[in-house]
Amino acid sequence: MMNKKSIEILKRYRFLSVMIVVTLIILAVKPALGMQIYGAALENILGMLGVLPPIFILIGLLDVWVKKETMVKYMGKDSGIVGILLGFFLGSAAAGPLYGAFPVAGVFLNKGSRLANVWIIVGAWASMKIPLLLFEVSSMGIKFTLIRFVMDVFGVLIIAFAMEKILTDEDERQIYELARKMNQ
Amino acid sequence: MIMTLVFYGLAAIGLIFSFVKSKENTVLALKKAWKAFANVMPQFLGIILLIGVLLNILSAQQISQLIGADSGWVGVLIAAVIGSITLIPGFVAFPLAAALLENGAGTMQIGAFVSTLMMVGIVTMPMEFLYFGKKATILRNGMGFVFSILVAVVMGALL
Repeated sequence: MMNKKSIEILKRYRFLSVMIVVTLIILAVKPALGMQIYGAALENILGMLGVLPPIFILIGLLDVWVKKETMVKYMGKDSGIVGILLGFFLGSAAAGPLYGAFPVAGVFLNKGSRLANVWIIVGAWASMKIPLLLFEVSSMGIKFTLIRFVMDVFGVLIIAFAMEKILTDEDERQIYELARKMNQ
Repeated sequence: MIMTLVFYGLAAIGLIFSFVKSKENTVLALKKAWKAFANVMPQFLGIILLIGVLLNILSAQQISQLIGADSGWVGVLIAAVIGSITLIPGFVAFPLAAALLENGAGTMQIGAFVSTLMMVGIVTMPMEFLYFGKKATILRNGMGFVFSILVAVVMGALL
């Protein structure tokens, strides 16, 4: 009999196992392409080491030091405009790829942040990062950047609040439950 | 890179402050950090391999062939789909997008590509599932996709 924990672990490694098998098959059939893929993966892992470890350390510190009541007050259900602005600020001040935003979202949810505010963080993190904007201006021009940025402010808001509207209470409960599990 | 220094600097400053205030809490924070890291690592490594496979199969020339200025709506859709699937860091994506524009890609198509690149992440979905569940993840990415098409249309009209 498999217990619950080993099923969890199996589930956790399923995707990675599939990808390892797929890449090994590619390596066997087309060694050159396989090596290229592993080279690119290695490069990505090194890039990841540049951002993810400190993000997780900051998440750990936030988890330990920020009280749930504080998070609820500033980012919770009744945080209103303060929570929205904080969400935009936190997301756009962040750096690094979007996958860094999900663990951050998890710890915020676990501390009682409102769902819409968390999606604002994710949305701003995805599309409104300040350090990247300067770079975007220099390669795409000011007009392109401005149109995209202004539209994305609205887009991020619309998506965040529409999601909150569309998701049921049960969906919401499940999301908080997932966040709790990921921050155990 | 500067970003890395800033991140590690922030984490170091946070750790020092935390340690001065309480040794136990700092150890606990590091334990929690490790746990949270270990929770997503398998999905993350899987994604890294998937990106490696995708990026080595699609080349820049192929992309620019598909999304030229004359490719119209089909081109916009293709660009949006490519942007949704690929996961390229912004520092690489913008020069790439600029290069594609110079090589004949259309503004609308590039607008769709850049926007979905940022808002939609198909390959990172397994990781997003872990935190938001399937329904919310698909909803967020779906709306991001539709919105990106809108951005592209506005860009096509204004630029």
